[in-house]
Amino acid sequence: MTTFLQNCFAGLALGSTYALVALGFVVIYKSTGVINFAQGGLLALGAYLGYTFANNLAIAFGVAILLACASAALVGAGFERIVLRRMVGQPPFAVIMITIGLLFVLEPLITAIWGFDNLQVTNPWNIQTVEAGGIVFGVRDLWTIGLTAAVVVAFFLFFRFTSLGLAMRATAFDPEAALAQGISARRVYAVSWAIASALAALAGITMAAGPGGLSPSIGFIALAAFPAMILGGLDSPAGAVLGGIVIGLAEALTRGYQDQLFSWAGDNVSIIVPYLLMIVILLIRPYGLLGTKDVRRI
Amino acid sequence: MPKPHRNLVRDYAQDLRLFGSPMSKFGLALMIAAFLVLPTVVQDDFWLSVLIYAGITAVGAIGLNLLTGYCGQISLGHAFFIGAGAYVTAKVGGDFGMPFPLWLLAAAGIGAVLGGLIGPFTLRLRGHYLAIVTLGLVFLGEHLWRNLDDLTGGNSGTSVNADVAIGPVNFADLTIFGESYSRNQGWFWLVWALVGLVALLVKNLARTRPGRALQAVRDRDQAAEVIGVRAGRYKIGAFMVSSAIASMAGALFGSYQQFVSPDEWNLLLSIQYIAVIIVGGLGTIFGSVLGALFVGALPALIDRYSDVIPGVQTSVGDSGFISVFALNQAIFGLLIVLFLVLEPRGLAGIWLRVKTYFKAWPFSY
Repeated sequence: MTTFLQNCFAGLALGSTYALVALGFVVIYKSTGVINFAQGGLLALGAYLGYTFANNLAIAFGVAILLACASAALVGAGFERIVLRRMVGQPPFAVIMITIGLLFVLEPLITAIWGFDNLQVTNPWNIQTVEAGGIVFGVRDLWTIGLTAAVVVAFFLFFRFTSLGLAMRATAFDPEAALAQGISARRVYAVSWAIASALAALAGITMAAGPGGLSPSIGFIALAAFPAMILGGLDSPAGAVLGGIVIGLAEALTRGYQDQLFSWAGDNVSIIVPYLLMIVILLIRPYGLLGTKDVRRI
Repeated sequence: MPKPHRNLVRDYAQDLRLFGSPMSKFGLALMIAAFLVLPTVVQDDFWLSVLIYAGITAVGAIGLNLLTGYCGQISLGHAFFIGAGAYVTAKVGGDFGMPFPLWLLAAAGIGAVLGGLIGPFTLRLRGHYLAIVTLGLVFLGEHLWRNLDDLTGGNSGTSVNADVAIGPVNFADLTIFGESYSRNQGWFWLVWALVGLVALLVKNLARTRPGRALQAVRDRDQAAEVIGVRAGRYKIGAFMVSSAIASMAGALFGSYQQFVSPDEWNLLLSIQYIAVIIVGGLGTIFGSVLGALFVGALPALIDRYSDVIPGVQTSVGDSGFISVFALNQAIFGLLIVLFLVLEPRGLAGIWLRVKTYFKAWPFSY
């Protein structure tokens, strides 16, 4: 039982990270109709910026997180402004490829600046753990879960109660009608990229603050967050959170019981569990658990 | 009545000719001449191997272009099918010792079957959802290749000992009229002949009834269905043909390289193929070949001349700013972005513009 709960906690911590990244995907997809493959690059950028602020400039860790999120947001909004704005009206395939291209430019830039070495981020959580009821909780994991919960709540409040949030929902629903009501679609697009990048940076820096440290492969987690987003439904923020947690739990439990139950499936089967789960769910519900069904009329 | 000008197109059949104008016939003759003569002029193994890899990429890219450029289905899973083809060759051509035409067909057959298995997804999923599912395919494939030790040799890879002989003609050890040629020379002829064959095949497929159906599905699948095109059937068909061709490319790749490991069939490979068809031009066969030459040759050139390019690390610990691998990747990224933003029709589009310019000359604008 303790092992099970321990694995569930690991899954919840992993799932929170997935949820943050998936939420970023959904924000951009909902307002601009683009899946942002560069999210992993932005995540890595945020993590490395956070490292620079916290270690090299010796800024307090909380402030460093905020600074990293803000700088990543600027970069994201810059992408939108410089490249993606030119792609309005192009087929989705072309726009997806643009974001892949951006990822491919971002990754080598990061390694060129920070190198390939594994870096340790100075942070207040370090590798401390607390024990309760036989289960070991990593302090970093607790913070990740707490921060995610706070961000998710703030996120839903923002969309529900602020005029910018309303404008974003309106643009997502019907861009032309929103424009006709005087909403600046440009500002909405830039803001959604900024929010998504900030979320990615937050996910990145909380990951980097763990025992594993920070290495260029950190952006890989964004690829693993794709199934989370698809599972919940591309255009559903609640679905992103749900999908993130489901995928995180599935992955952690598979890893935990690898030796006992899944040894026949080969080593590291937990890596592909998110994709298997996604494919199974999509066969049953092609638009994810909470996604909007694409109505086709003739 | 005077004969109309040779460039005047008067009916639909004329517009669909493979090699209509005298210029394109001349171009074709030029290409065939280059194909025959080039390996005897360029005997350098490095350049020949670059061209052979580019040719193999061209084969796979033509397949992907059929799927993405003509049928509009986004696939990030091309690497999976290429890997499958390579392993089939290792088994059928190497372990079972089957002759070249048979293992190539076997690879194509397995590719078609795998594509047919994935095909049904295209009926229910569209656009973005499909892209992510095919992305998942790459990861599932990587896991399979690493764990199916009997077939793939696991993480350490497997050697591919398939021979490339059609009857008495062995392309790896070619002797014509007493003159013997190196392995790379023979492979050049083999690969580029296959590029021509596949290009002709797909071009003919694209200009006949099924091809027009594919393009109708690409442009608006619902409308296509309303006018009587069985969209689902064509989507699955396109997937099968495309993955069959991809597996052939993988078979050639494995057999030429003589060794394959699971590290090769990753997302980067899929993206490279997509970069090829974007840079070359979506929906054109010629563009796939141009793109393969361009994208295939670029990394090799960067690698070879890395000591001349400023700021590049040639070895670990060197004082460079960026490693060769990273520079390659960044250039890929930049190429994709720049082409999509500035010239969405790719190199083929640029070629078309140049052609139109000279056609209208001296009244070009």
